[in-house]
Amino acid sequence: MNEYTIHSAKMVPLDRSNIDTDQIIPKQFLKSIKKSGFGPNLFDSWRYIDAGFPGQDNSGRELNSEFVLNHKKYKGSEVLISRENFGCGSSREHAVWALQDYGIKCVIAESFADIFYNNCFKNGLLAITLPKDSMAELFRFAEEGEAIHVDLVNQVILDLNETEMVKFEIDSYRKTCVLEGLDEIGLSLKYSKTIKNYENAKKKQTPWIFK
Amino acid sequence: MPRTLYDKLWELHEVIKREDGTHLLYIDRHLIHEVTSPQAFEGLRVAGRRLWRVSANKATPDHNVPTTNRELGLEGITDDVSKLQVTTLDENCKEHGIEQFDISDERQGIVHVVGPEQGITLPGMTVVCGDSHTSTHGALGALAMGIGTSEVEHVLATQCLVAIKQKNMKVEISGSLPEGVYSKDLTLSVIGKIGTAGATGYAIEYSGEAIRSMSIEARMTVCNMAIEAGARAGMIAFDQVTLEYVKGKPFAPSGREWEEALVQWKELRSDDRAHFDKTVDLDGSKLKPQVSWGTSPEMVMDIDSTIPEPRSNSESDALDYMDLKTGMRAQDIRLDQVFIGSCTNSRLEDLKVAASIVKGNKVNKDLKRAIVVPGSGLVSRAAINEGLDEIFKEAGFEWRAPGCSMCLGMNPDQLDEGDHCASTSNRNFEGRQGYKGRTHLVSPATAAAAAIAGHFVDVRQVLKS
Repeated sequence: MNEYTIHSAKMVPLDRSNIDTDQIIPKQFLKSIKKSGFGPNLFDSWRYIDAGFPGQDNSGRELNSEFVLNHKKYKGSEVLISRENFGCGSSREHAVWALQDYGIKCVIAESFADIFYNNCFKNGLLAITLPKDSMAELFRFAEEGEAIHVDLVNQVILDLNETEMVKFEIDSYRKTCVLEGLDEIGLSLKYSKTIKNYENAKKKQTPWIFK
Repeated sequence: MPRTLYDKLWELHEVIKREDGTHLLYIDRHLIHEVTSPQAFEGLRVAGRRLWRVSANKATPDHNVPTTNRELGLEGITDDVSKLQVTTLDENCKEHGIEQFDISDERQGIVHVVGPEQGITLPGMTVVCGDSHTSTHGALGALAMGIGTSEVEHVLATQCLVAIKQKNMKVEISGSLPEGVYSKDLTLSVIGKIGTAGATGYAIEYSGEAIRSMSIEARMTVCNMAIEAGARAGMIAFDQVTLEYVKGKPFAPSGREWEEALVQWKELRSDDRAHFDKTVDLDGSKLKPQVSWGTSPEMVMDIDSTIPEPRSNSESDALDYMDLKTGMRAQDIRLDQVFIGSCTNSRLEDLKVAASIVKGNKVNKDLKRAIVVPGSGLVSRAAINEGLDEIFKEAGFEWRAPGCSMCLGMNPDQLDEGDHCASTSNRNFEGRQGYKGRTHLVSPATAAAAAIAGHFVDVRQVLKS
């Protein structure tokens, strides 16, 4: 294991498919012009028994004791596990910011919606896709209160005895994004000349686009 | 090798394939609204970066704008947090010299209505916007995708998107749609069939007789909801219908450039025998008006059917949330509100169809509210010129100013707790239209007929009588 491992992480199991970004962070909180401060409102409608609004003091709000995030045994979880099509719907990157602000470092699910998946890696939030049977094992594990290690370099999930539970696939570019915290814009701007050349040719071909 | 429309659009915009396997895809047009852009502009500011090509960007506020008291301009926004987001867009546009149709401009509207209406989005373009419904613009034969805020910043600074090519999916709709069945019913039927993750990782091309015989506005409704099937992009080949639509739009090419554009645009179709990784076929002539019963757009039913047995925990949860029971007829679902609007269905054609059903009738007295929100100031003016506003108002509808409105309720237009709403929008997610609100996705015709009846009715029967 190495410094890019998420060590002894507790898992919170969200046993539901098609969790949409409207649930992850409801619309009223998108009015913020900042990237931080969304954590207290992560899953707001499920987490509290009242309707939340931006700018309120969340500490006094009554929690929905049935919602899994509020269960004592899952307090402090750094890994969120779920089912199919996690993060579907709206492109709001606020969903990723909210998960991170709450303290989630990794989301593991059977599948992800494209835009959300993409947004995760732009912010260094690790998103891992695993087959159904592996997810079933993780769910069992989570419900028993067991923790895991997530080793990104070796692309493997281990139990606390450091026994391999399952390996995972991830494309190398996205892996590097998380490992090195790439400045994507800086990286792309290294190709400025190539972009300019492309653009100049295009100006001749399709001048109407440049109006 | 024969290529799909998506292959062609991709190749036309590929700047470079990098060693790490990613591509830089050139972006012709970037649309901006107030919700997903402030953090991107802030990022540029912090890094001391400039816009790569100012003219590629066009902006309009839509999510937060109120649909009443619009003559007051910014002062009409009663929520200070919303107002700050709109004024932040004003300031960012001013600072960078970006052309904006602001809250007081008649051309303001939902970004996905304004783009095509102005010719800001055109065939053959790559179009992005920090909004998942950007797929709408694919109806013009463009590659249009929703992006996140980090990507918004990346496009502002580099005019490119870091992209990985998707697979090709063809959704072929044969036959013609029966009377009373519309493009909204078609797109909901596709989602019902393949599921909300059915096209994840794919770009969808919609084709077939039913698509070819549709107007561009109807095609936009179809492509708009590609994202609800999991596809970031949905698109339709360029044809004579596209040509007629684009011609004469304010930002469209003219004169010699128009002629040159036409030569290029005529290539915007899939070659015969092009390879699709997945194909879905539907017989358009067998489709029926759709009503969603759950909290995911795949949970839809035919208007003449009953709510199905739940097949999963998610479906059971959805039924609980919606307070509906298996076996209940769609037509027995009683409604509290009706919303006609959103980037899916707020164009002139949508309003015309709805008005033709409303004309001479009254909104059911059991309804709390029925509102019509045109997609843009220009849609509103065109509708008023045809007297549609009077038809709606006469019937008891409220005629509002343009914006996203009750599709997601970031402005004051929201459902009350427990309300059932017939909505022409695109998402029936929990709480989307208002805290604990219950959304039923339908076509404008079905919404109009439901407003009169107070519950869902089969609009095919209404049209016959």
